[in-house]
Amino acid sequence: MAGVVHRGIEHNEKPHLMVQNIYKSFSGKEHDLPVLRNITFNVAEHEFVCIVGPSGCGKTTLLRIIAGLETNYQGMVILDEKPVMKPGLERGVVFQEPRLLPWMTVKENIAFALPAGSSIVTQKLIQSLLNLVGLSGFENAYPNHLSGGMAQRVALARALINQPKILLMDEPFGSLDALTRLKMQKEILRIWEEQATTIILVTHDIEEAVYLGDRIIVLSDRPTTIKEIVEIGLPRPRKRADSAFAALRQQIHQEFSGESLSHY
Amino acid sequence: METVLKRISSEWPRITIFHPIWKRGFLPVLLLMLWHWITASGYVKPVLFPSPESVLQAFIEMLGSGELLGHLSVSLIRVMEGFAIASFMGVGMGMAMGLFPLLNDMIEGILQMIRPIPPIAWLPLAILWFGIEEGSKIFIIALGAFFPIFLNVLNGIRQTDTKLVEIAQVLEVAKLKFTLKVVIPGSMPFIMTGLRVGLGYAWMCVVAAELSGGMRGMGYMLTDARSLAQTDKVVVGMMVIGLVGKAMDGILRLVEGRIVGWRELYTGE
Repeated sequence: MAGVVHRGIEHNEKPHLMVQNIYKSFSGKEHDLPVLRNITFNVAEHEFVCIVGPSGCGKTTLLRIIAGLETNYQGMVILDEKPVMKPGLERGVVFQEPRLLPWMTVKENIAFALPAGSSIVTQKLIQSLLNLVGLSGFENAYPNHLSGGMAQRVALARALINQPKILLMDEPFGSLDALTRLKMQKEILRIWEEQATTIILVTHDIEEAVYLGDRIIVLSDRPTTIKEIVEIGLPRPRKRADSAFAALRQQIHQEFSGESLSHY
Repeated sequence: METVLKRISSEWPRITIFHPIWKRGFLPVLLLMLWHWITASGYVKPVLFPSPESVLQAFIEMLGSGELLGHLSVSLIRVMEGFAIASFMGVGMGMAMGLFPLLNDMIEGILQMIRPIPPIAWLPLAILWFGIEEGSKIFIIALGAFFPIFLNVLNGIRQTDTKLVEIAQVLEVAKLKFTLKVVIPGSMPFIMTGLRVGLGYAWMCVVAAELSGGMRGMGYMLTDARSLAQTDKVVVGMMVIGLVGKAMDGILRLVEGRIVGWRELYTGE
C-alpha cells in the first residue's frame, strides 16, 4: 500500500478505544430484530476512523453506543481502560443535525457545557474556537439566522470546548450542499491536526471516508457485522483525482455493494 | 401552466387594497354599517336590538356618570388578582409536576377530576367560604384560569425536544442548569399560550360570577341593566368587556414576542 503507514496499534500499548463484541437488537412485535452483531474493533490515539455502511445498517446506533447514549446492548466499550456506561465530556458528539438551542446565541451555545460565569479564560477559549471553525464575528447571532453549514460549525465548536479525547461524528456533513461539504471535510482535517484529537466519523459517503479516514470500517447490511476494515495509506492532503484514491474508493464500493464500479 | 404561475406570483402583491389598516378595519366597519342599517330599518324593536347610536349615547352617559369605570375597575382588579393567583399556581404546579414524576403521579388524577367541574359550579361553596363579594369571585377566576395555564405549562415541559436532552447528556449538563436553560426556555411558547388562554377564562369567570351575585362589577352592571330593560347598556357592557379583554391579550402578546422572539412563526403565507 502506498504512502504513509497509519499511526497504528502494532505495539503493545493499550488501545485508546476498544469496542468489544457489541450485540444490539431492537425489540419487535414477535421477535427481536438484531441490528449489530459481533462488532469488535480498536481505535488508536489520534486516529481518524470512518464507519461506512448501507443506510439503516446501524451505523448511528453503533456511534450512539460509543457515546453512551444507548445503554441496552451486550458487549463492552472501553475508553482508556475505563468501561463506557453513560455519556461523558471526554467524548464529544456532533450529530447529523446541529441541535443548537434556538434561544441562545452562537457564543452561549458553544459555552453551554461550561460552568456559569464568563471568565477571561473562557472568553478567550470561545474566541479561539470560533476562529477554529471560521465563525468569528458571528458570536452574537442566533441559530435561526445561520446557514446549515454555519450551524454545524457551531455544533462542532460546542463539542470541542471541553477538549474531548475523542470526537464522535454522525454524518455531520450529510445535510450540507456539495461545496460546503467539501469545505467542511478540509476543515475537519485541519481541526483534527490542530486539536490532536481522535475522531470516529460515521458516513454513507465512501469518497468522504476515503478522503478523511486513516482506516475505514465497512459494515454489512442487517444483521450488521464488520465486513472489512480498510487501511487508507494515502498521504495527506489527499487528492480525489489520484488513481490510488480512485482505486481505494472502488475497492470499498465493491465491499459495500458487492458489485464493480468499473463503469464509472 | 408556467404563464399562469408567473401571472399569479406577479399579481399577488399588487392587491394594495389590503393595506394593514384596511386588513384589520374592514370587517368591523362593515359590521357597524350592517348594524346601523338593520336598526335604522325599523324592523326590530330597539329594546331587543339597540342601535349603534343609542349604544354610543349610553356609553358616553355611563362614562360621564362614572358608572362604567367604577364597575370596570372592580372587575379589572378581580381579574388581575385571580389571574395572578392562577398564574402563580398554574406555572408552579405545572413545572413541579412536569419535572418531578412522583408529584405528577400523586396529583394528576385529582386535578383531572376537578377540571371538568365548571368553575361557576363552585360558586355556592365559594360564597360560603369566602363571602359574596371579592373572595368568592377571585376564587372562581383563579380556578377558571388555573387549568389552561397549568395544562399548557405541563405540556410545554413534556414537549422538551429529546434531541436537546441528548445534547445535555453528552455535555454532562447538571439537571438544574438543564431545567433552567433548556426545559423552561423551550416551554415558554406553551406557557405564554397558557397565560393568554387563562386570561380569557379569567374574564369569562369574573362576568359569570358577577352575574350570579354581588352588587359590583361588569357582570352586575349587565344584570342590572337587563332587569331595567336597558339593552343599550347591556351592549355597552359586552363591548367594553370584549375590548378590555383584547387589550389585555395584546399586552400578553407583546410580552410573548419579547420572550420567545427566537421562534419563527408560521403565518400561513
